[in-house]
Order: sequence, then structure tokens, then C-alpha cells
Amino acid sequence: MSTASVPLPHWINYGLIPLLNLVVAFLISGFVVWLIGESPLDALSLLLEGALGSGEGIGLTLFYATSFIFTGLSVAVAIHAGLFNIGSEGQAYVGGLGCALVALSLDNYVPWYVTMPIAVVGAALFGAIAAFIPAWLQAKRGSHIVITTIMFNYIIASLMNYLLVHVLIVPGKMAPETRTFLEGGQLPKLTWLMEIFGAKLGAAPLNVSFIIALVMCYIVWLLIWRTKLGFEMRTLGVSPTAASYAGVPYVRIVMIAMMLSGALAGMMALNPVMGASARLQVGFVSGAGFVGIAVSLMGRNHPLGIIFAAILFGVLYQGGDWISFEMPNITREMILVIQGLVILFAGALEYMFRPAIVRLYQQFKRG
Amino acid sequence: MDYYEIFISILASTIRLSIPLIFTALAGLFSERAGIFDIGLEGKMLGSACVAYLTDSAWLGLGAGIVCSVALSLVHGFASITNRGNQIVSGVAINFFIAGITIVLGQAWFGQGGRTPQLAPEARFAPIILPGADAIRDVPIIGPLYAGVISGNNILTYLAFLAVPFSWWVLYRTRFGLRLRAVGENPGAVDTAGISVSWLRYRAVMCAGILCGFSGTYLAIAQSAAFIKDMSAGKGYIALAALVFAKWKPVPVMLACLLFGFLDALANFMQGKQVPLIGEVPVQIFQALPYILTCVLLAGFIGVAIPPKAGGVPYTKER
Repeated sequence: MSTASVPLPHWINYGLIPLLNLVVAFLISGFVVWLIGESPLDALSLLLEGALGSGEGIGLTLFYATSFIFTGLSVAVAIHAGLFNIGSEGQAYVGGLGCALVALSLDNYVPWYVTMPIAVVGAALFGAIAAFIPAWLQAKRGSHIVITTIMFNYIIASLMNYLLVHVLIVPGKMAPETRTFLEGGQLPKLTWLMEIFGAKLGAAPLNVSFIIALVMCYIVWLLIWRTKLGFEMRTLGVSPTAASYAGVPYVRIVMIAMMLSGALAGMMALNPVMGASARLQVGFVSGAGFVGIAVSLMGRNHPLGIIFAAILFGVLYQGGDWISFEMPNITREMILVIQGLVILFAGALEYMFRPAIVRLYQQFKRG
Repeated sequence: MDYYEIFISILASTIRLSIPLIFTALAGLFSERAGIFDIGLEGKMLGSACVAYLTDSAWLGLGAGIVCSVALSLVHGFASITNRGNQIVSGVAINFFIAGITIVLGQAWFGQGGRTPQLAPEARFAPIILPGADAIRDVPIIGPLYAGVISGNNILTYLAFLAVPFSWWVLYRTRFGLRLRAVGENPGAVDTAGISVSWLRYRAVMCAGILCGFSGTYLAIAQSAAFIKDMSAGKGYIALAALVFAKWKPVPVMLACLLFGFLDALANFMQGKQVPLIGEVPVQIFQALPYILTCVLLAGFIGVAIPPKAGGVPYTKER
């Protein structure tokens, strides 16, 4: 029997193997730190101290995690339907436009809790529209979704660049960004949540969108594992031919899955745009869409796993900032190195250790 | 400036901007024709640019750039051929890793925020003046064209244009090329014929690595004289678009790269200029045009682009 098909208990499949992949990624990152001439152990302790050592650190970690939960869910929903959405980055960028337009037009008149639901819809709608064309091209014209979503990341970046430089910019200002939203267009911070645990949030921009992200995790779980639509999506993801024989409408499911994915990516914009900076800025997504790929892979495309993986990446981002502050030799881009390694080992080389683990497991069971 | 001079200068910068695209798109051609998607072109280009810079010598730099890029190709191959991992994921991983590590090491070694000191002129590929360029410079029409566009480029530029017919010859006139194309369409058949699918695909990704090494080297020590962080700036993805636009064929690849290079050159030229009747054309339109054109092509509105059939699918031998 080939080692690839030996069933392993859940704790190995969903616990040990991802952990092992993560450890290898960290060991190599540690080697890079050592190469630069710094101590990997010092860097690790700085990382943890910066991310989890203070209320503000935790707040920032969770702030980053919020964005990654949204983009992670976005990637995961598409993957369940067998679609690899590399376009979360662009969809999130356009989502920013959606929620900024809502905030800009309402912030003067209504309080934030009226603006918020409309902004959620706006962001999701714009994100879904951005995913619509690649989805249509995939479903109807057979163009590969990976290629088209990459193309759309760039098309959207150019479009948003144009809008921010020429249309949405505040007249007389140099920076390509919209005006600052008034209080009615800002999401309040979660100071009270941190105070329950006796920690001070400080200047960290952790805000209500964190709760929206958790709610979306639950909704996505319901959708994927508890609805007919979710079942159809998963069937399509496992085998498009089997799905079509079973009467799953290919075009419709592809369109719906991609637009849901785009909507989730779009909602990510709530966090930085309405939660942190209270304005729409050029390039505010800054790679969170791509982090979503790593988060989804680490979290095995399950909402619960995605929450843990998003927090892990939140720790990396916040801790990485802290390291670059304390050890000027190690720049912030060290995060990209770790991220690349995590994607490589947890995603592409997912099964590298599996044969060895299977052998160990079988020996262990026998002996 | 009269119109002809403007035309010549745009043409010259079109050539300059197309060269890295041509090398990279040809790299993608070898890999994807063998059935291995390569999103990691961008990372390979950037990695080899960085390594080529570090050697402080033109030819050594080219060699080192190729070695770096081939090494990354082998990682991609190990993940997607031997381990049957997801090719897209592996490519994305390589892009992230390289984007990060070049900045981290660059900062640690040079401390200039991702920039590096300028190279001395002898460590770069110098322009080659073709025979007679100065003599016919003043001849109308042909003179400026020959002296300003055709002559005066560095050796990598000429190599890029030679690489196009060479790639065509390898792919369509050699046994290796025939098998390489076959493994991208129907790996099962190739396997049945007793040829190793893995080894063939490994050789294909190595070809891609070599070509990406050329493009990275061109960026760092021919076009400019330093390594700047993120200096590939999405060119790997443009090359990917060009590859799709060219329907995975060598000569159209060159034409598509020249077209995309031309759009880029035009965008630089048009910045802040007024066009009669229209006014200032937003530079973002030119930036987005290659991607829009590729999507329109993919939609089948201007011909059909059919990718290699086995692209992106890891091959599992039947038992």
C-alpha cells in the first residue's frame, strides 16, 4: 500500500503535520537571522514580546489578524469550490472603495452603527463585483482563474491609483487619499474587550471589524458544511466531472463561489479603512490578500484553523515590526521570508514529511 | 524635437523595456509547455538580479544569476514534480521568499534601505556600437534608426533576440522539444513511451531558470547598475501575461513583449503631456492595458488562447 493513502488520525493530519511544516519554516528563518549575524533565539523572544507582551501588542496582533481572517476566508471559500483565487488582494482593494464611498456619504449624518452595516454591504458588493469578471471568464469562457485574477490585481491597482490620484483626492493635498471620515464613518475600537482581560489597548487600532470577522467565520462554516450550496461547492472542488454528472450547475456554482470569495476579501477593507486610518489610501491592502493564501493553507481551509493561522500571522507581523525596531539589522521584510517559507512548506511541500510520519506511526501502532 | 526623433527615442526605450520581458516570457514558455505553471518568474528574476549584482563583475554576474535562478527552479520542481504539490502555491512562495530575503540581506550588508551602491562601469555590460553606426548616423530615416535603436545596445539585448529563434528551434525542431511539448499535453503518453516525465519536466524548469537568470542579470547590471528592492516590479507577471497573449508560441511571445514594452515606453513618454482633443491621458491606462488585453484575449474575443492541456496538473504514474 502506498504511504500516500494510509489514513492517519486527525491530530496528526491537522495538528502534527502543519506544526512540523511550521517548525521547518521557522528553522530556516532562524538560519537567515543567524546569517545576518543576530541571534535567532533573541529574535524569537523579541517577536513574542512584541506581539504578546503588552495589551497594545496584543491589540495590534489581533488588528492584523482581523484582516488576515477575511482574506483567509476569501481564499478558502474559493478553494472549497476548486478555484484558486489569487485576486483577493485586488478584491480587497476595491472593497475599500465600496466602504469608503459609504463612509464618505453617510458619516456626516448618522452614527457609526448605522453606517457599519451599509459599509459592510458596500465593501462586500464591490469585492464581489471585482471577482465577477474572472469568475465569468472561468465559468463561461474557460479562461484560467489564476491567470485572470492575477491580471485583475493589476487592473484594479491601476484603476484605484487613478481614482485616488485624480478623483477622490482632497483638492490641494499632495497625498493620494480621501478626506478623513468623521466619527459616523469610523469603527470604534475594542477597548472594552481588552479591559475584560485586564489589558490596555493603547494606540492599537483593534476595532469592531474583528467581531465581524469572527461572525463571518461562523457564517462561512455554516455555508460550507451545513447548506446545499456548500455541499455543491465542495463536490465541485473534489471533482468537477462527478459534480456535473450529479447535476451541480457548474457555471452558477463557480460564479457564486467566486463572488462570495470576492465579497469576503472586500470586507477586509473595513478593518484598515474604517477601523484604523479612517480614510482610503493608496495601497492600503499591502499584501494582506496574499497573506490570505498562506493563512488558508495553514488553516486547512477551515474557519477555525483560519482564525488560528490568522493570529499566527498577526503575531509575525506585529512581532516583526518589533524586531525591526529593536534589531535594525533585521528589516520588516523578514516577515515576507517567513511567509514565503510557510507557504512553501505548509502548501507546496505539504506532503514531504508524510511518508516518514506514516512509517513512524505504523511502527508505533505495531510496537 | 521633431516627430521622428520622438519616435526613435520611444522605440529605443521599447527595446530596453522589452528585453527582461522576452527572457522571462521565454522562460515561462519552456516551463508551461512542459505542464508546469510558473508564477515564480517574478521571484526568480528578482533573485538573480540580486545575486548578479553581488558578484561585481558582468560575466560572473550572469553566471551567478543563472545559478540562483536555476536553484529556485529546482525548488519549484521539487515541490511540484517530485512532491506533486500545488504549482501555483509553490510559485507564490518563491516570490514571497525572494521579495523578502533580497531586502533583508541587502539591508544587512549595505545598510541603505534596500538600495545598493552603484556598480563600476567595468562590472556592467557595456553598449556595443555596431560597425558603421557613426558613419551613417546622419543619413535621414535609416541613420537614427540604425545608430539609435539597432546599435548601441548591450550584448544581453542581442542575446534576447537570438533566444527567440533558438527557443523556437529547440521546441519545434529537436527531439527534446517534441517531448517537452508532449509532456505538457499528455504526460501519460510520454510515460508509456518509456520516457521519464519527471526528468523531462525538471529539464524544462531548468531551461526556465537559465532564461530567468538572463533577465534578472539584465535588470541589475545592464539596464541599471545597482540592485534596488523590488526592482522587477511586476515584470514577471507582465511576462506571464505576454506568454498567454502569445498563446504559448515563441515568435508571438517576442511580439507580445515588444507590444507591452512599447505600452510601457509610451506611458513614460505621455506622462504629463497633452494630447490634442483628449487632454492628458492618465498613465494608469497604459499600465493596465497589457492586463486588460490579456483578459480580453483569454475571453476568446480576439482568437482563442488554449493553454497546454496538462498544465498545472501533477503527474501520477498509474499503478
